[in-house]
Amino acid sequence: MTIKQLSIFIENKGGTLIKVLDLLSKAGIQIIASTIADTKDYGIYRLLTDDPAQAYLILKEAGINVQLSDVFALSIDDVPGRAAEAVKQISDAGVSILYLYSFLWQGKGVLVFRADPSEKAKETIMLNKMTFLTEKDFK
Amino acid sequence: MDDQSPYLHPQYETLSPEDLKSLQLERLQATVKHCMNSPFYKKRFEEQGLKPEDIKSLDDIRKIPFTTKQDLRDTYPFGIASVPLRQCVRLHSSSGTTGNPTVILHTQKDLDEWANQVARNLWMVGLRPDDVFQNSSGYGMFTGGLGFQYGAEKLGMLTVPAAAGNSLRQIKFIKDFGTTAIHAVPSYVTRLYEVMQQEGVDPRKDTKLKVLAIGAEPHSEEQRKRIENMMGVKAYNSFGMSEMCGPGVGFECKEQNGLHFWEDYYIVEIVNPETLEPVPDGEIGELVLTTLCREAMPLLRYRTRDLTRVLGHTCPCGRNHVRLDRMRGRSDDMMVLRGVNIFPIQIEKILMQFKELANNYLITLTTDEDNDNMTVEVELEELFTDDFQRLLELQKEIKRRLKDEILLTPHVKLVPKGTLPVSEGKAVRVVDKRKVYQ
Repeated sequence: MTIKQLSIFIENKGGTLIKVLDLLSKAGIQIIASTIADTKDYGIYRLLTDDPAQAYLILKEAGINVQLSDVFALSIDDVPGRAAEAVKQISDAGVSILYLYSFLWQGKGVLVFRADPSEKAKETIMLNKMTFLTEKDFK
Repeated sequence: MDDQSPYLHPQYETLSPEDLKSLQLERLQATVKHCMNSPFYKKRFEEQGLKPEDIKSLDDIRKIPFTTKQDLRDTYPFGIASVPLRQCVRLHSSSGTTGNPTVILHTQKDLDEWANQVARNLWMVGLRPDDVFQNSSGYGMFTGGLGFQYGAEKLGMLTVPAAAGNSLRQIKFIKDFGTTAIHAVPSYVTRLYEVMQQEGVDPRKDTKLKVLAIGAEPHSEEQRKRIENMMGVKAYNSFGMSEMCGPGVGFECKEQNGLHFWEDYYIVEIVNPETLEPVPDGEIGELVLTTLCREAMPLLRYRTRDLTRVLGHTCPCGRNHVRLDRMRGRSDDMMVLRGVNIFPIQIEKILMQFKELANNYLITLTTDEDNDNMTVEVELEELFTDDFQRLLELQKEIKRRLKDEILLTPHVKLVPKGTLPVSEGKAVRVVDKRKVYQ
């Protein structure tokens, strides 16, 4: 039910982001969505790609601090109120959302998030019959 | 002593250079002879085939091997002493975080002479028995506490052992007791001023302060000026080290043009730390000191590891005791931050306990406003989480463990693996950007 997301530790310093993007571009890997969360000193760059396993290997080999994390990707209708509804269902079940970002994909909204506890989130998504995307959807 | 006299010990302070030299030779010969009561020095002289009678001139001091901090550690605790323990009345010691602590013994006469040096310094900058002296320095093993206490009392001042910290109480004392002089590390004076501002206390109007003694922490001329402007009084630089006794060894006179090192108490040499040959006046080298008046633990040619230079041998104040520049750094990797001595190895030892971290690290020392700060950059071995909370927890835990070790809280910065500088295969561990070294 979850998909693999790349999480990259980057310093708040010029040139670090370019290095990552360059490596992915040379390997022909497509970025579906990405977001940066930052503190004063460093940030975590999170990306969804069409080939996370390959991307991970390439970055790792280049000595980048990278991790594969499991995140949920819910597909919602692109109309006001749908995101609120989804997030409410999740949090009402006692699940915490560690971070969340969203983007549009083929006419639909996508909510990407990491949940704790993960098992409980899965259960909630099943019970509420929410639509989720898998890695296949991004190939 | 007459309050009008600029000198507390005119017979020593105003000696001509020639008389000073002959006094030094006489005292050096007596010291070397006395050192033969020390098992350590006796053995060392025998190994060198050197006899006390071989010291015929001041230049002959160069025949004597250097004494190092390692020698003090190797002979821990009492192996260098030149008198039986029953004649000793006081012991001071370093924290010993990088091995055996260094122990310094004192007889009653040593303590009296130590107090004399501090009293001389305080008199030199205009303090008299009518003054009230507040010692806002750590007590206990740190010699800045008892050293200034006994010295200020010797001079005859009302002396307040306020110790460090509790700034509100310090300020209350300053106002209520009519404190005219404070001794503290420079960063603590800045702290006191901040609290005074918060409390609406103007040091110029609301206190009787007239003199500050600052030391035990490297500081630049610029920092001194700022402290003087804040507090509205003169701040004089003090040099001390527990191996010599503590504070008192060197102090600025009212000219504020270098620290007078008391040559009736010490022989001052400046050597190239690599070749150990003397360097010419004006050139920076390592300060080497020989005690001339110590009973319990005389030290011959002790390598202080402090870097400085000779500014001159005369002074408009009338004292012909050598003037040395403020300390310019260290010839070993010891850092002095807010009066605390820290070696990189202490930090390394802690960092290596975190499996989340790679081996490389970088310590940067900076002066922000007037405070000296340490930033430790550490490389993340692997991104073990993409949860910020856990990264922040790791940062906090590193901070806490470092604080337990070095007694100061550094900034800790996580950086990606492979980003810290490595030069010629050897890692750069410490970058000192503090103003004093520029």
